[in-house]
Amino acid sequence: MLYIKINSPKPGVVLIELNRPEKRNALNNATLQDIATCLQDLETDVAVKAVVITGNTECFAAGADLNELAQLDVVSIQQDQRPLLWKKIDEFSKPLIMAVNGYAFGAGFELALHGDIVLTGENAQFALPEIGLGMLPGAGGTQRLARLVGQQLTMRWAMTGEMISAQTALQHGISSQICPAGLTMQYALELAAKIAKQAPLAIRAIKQSLKSIHEVTLSQGLKLERQHFVWLAATQDRQEGINAFLEKRKPEFRGM
Amino acid sequence: MDYQTIIVEEKNAVGYLTFNRPKQLNSFNEIMHQEVSKVIKTWAKDNQIRAVVISAEGRGFCAGQDLNDRVVDPNADAPDLGLSIEKYYNPLIKLITEMPKPVICAVNGVAAGAGANIALACDIVIAAKSASFIQAFCRLGLVPDSGGTWFLPRLVGRAQAMGLAMLGDKILAERAVQLGMIWQVVEDDQLQAEAKKLAEHLAQQPTYGLSLIKKAIHAAADNNLDDQLILERDLQRLAGRSSDYKEGVQAFMQKRTPEYKGC
Repeated sequence: MLYIKINSPKPGVVLIELNRPEKRNALNNATLQDIATCLQDLETDVAVKAVVITGNTECFAAGADLNELAQLDVVSIQQDQRPLLWKKIDEFSKPLIMAVNGYAFGAGFELALHGDIVLTGENAQFALPEIGLGMLPGAGGTQRLARLVGQQLTMRWAMTGEMISAQTALQHGISSQICPAGLTMQYALELAAKIAKQAPLAIRAIKQSLKSIHEVTLSQGLKLERQHFVWLAATQDRQEGINAFLEKRKPEFRGM
Repeated sequence: MDYQTIIVEEKNAVGYLTFNRPKQLNSFNEIMHQEVSKVIKTWAKDNQIRAVVISAEGRGFCAGQDLNDRVVDPNADAPDLGLSIEKYYNPLIKLITEMPKPVICAVNGVAAGAGANIALACDIVIAAKSASFIQAFCRLGLVPDSGGTWFLPRLVGRAQAMGLAMLGDKILAERAVQLGMIWQVVEDDQLQAEAKKLAEHLAQQPTYGLSLIKKAIHAAADNNLDDQLILERDLQRLAGRSSDYKEGVQAFMQKRTPEYKGC
């Protein structure tokens, strides 16, 4: 992996660090490919329970790679592999936590929006600056953001490219916590470790159930939720969870 | 580097920024704004500078906005006073309050309007006995800007803040200390020496730790106790990782004077 660093700082937790600091972690095709490939590998690795993606303390990812984009005409952009890479990231079934410090612009913002949970440093700044280049966000920016914060703010941000502070992001549910930038990664890893200790099948069911909210109606969603609920009743971890609670001890989940 | 409106000096890890338009009582025009913000931005990033002193030439400290830039023609459209605030004063106040090192203000004479509030934005304000503070805005039909309405109630309480802002009286340095508006008052001829002494002391201290203190105290103005306790935990975590903390503990164990590097 050329553009990302991968390690496992806590049991069950994998940390992916975007590592192209000289380009402010701009998400060129190769970086995106690295992320997608890595997540695909982690998908089938049973030891991996949660994943954190981060940049560095100054910058998450400052956008796409404009040099690459500039070379694409209308024909080649139709055959572009990027939508497939984004899809792979979107389809990752384990908890994906984004630890965002500094700039998360354009594709960087869109990558953050692929996270199940987002933590930011207080220096975080989001923006959709594509409009300034005569484009629109092309990796779900208009869609995911509007579903999170509504039409008003998304229209405004996408049409102006205005900066969104960490405080504003928290206020509107783009993130769930602001940390001092020097601690964002630590706190994201601790959160991931907490999730990694939970019953993996239940975690997966929660993610699937939640990710369906924008795909289906409420009554369909409730049915899906119920199905997950029933299905989990057949798992050993559920039995263990309930037993441990009744016996006043800590549960030991095994993903079964 | 030559400046038209300020004097800049760097000595013993201290940056001295001196307003230098004494004939205009050091009131701000555009060039002065540009020069001041350029210097402060540079120092904010310069690890060699570990404390900053803001002071002024002549008999006044700063009379705020140079009103010659704002002559109002009674027949013209109303001026947009928000413009220079947005472009210059607000960013300046943020530069000072977010500067990750102590900023000392040595108020040598009258500090009026935005000049008073720029002083109040600094971390430690000392004033000469003959110095004074005037929230002059109300006399012209204006509102205290440059953070005035934010700093004043937090420094002196609402009752005094209202009085200061609505009456626009001249407050002498002694009274400003009594009100809790500033840190200290010194004899006129001692001001520069005291500011230097204070700054050189602070420049030897754990700068990173001081920057975290500054951050915590500013945050306290908005936070509830729960949030502030969480912030203190976070900042202490960061402080505990600094090399100055290590040095401080070691020096204590070895019964020697610590040598702090500021990081």
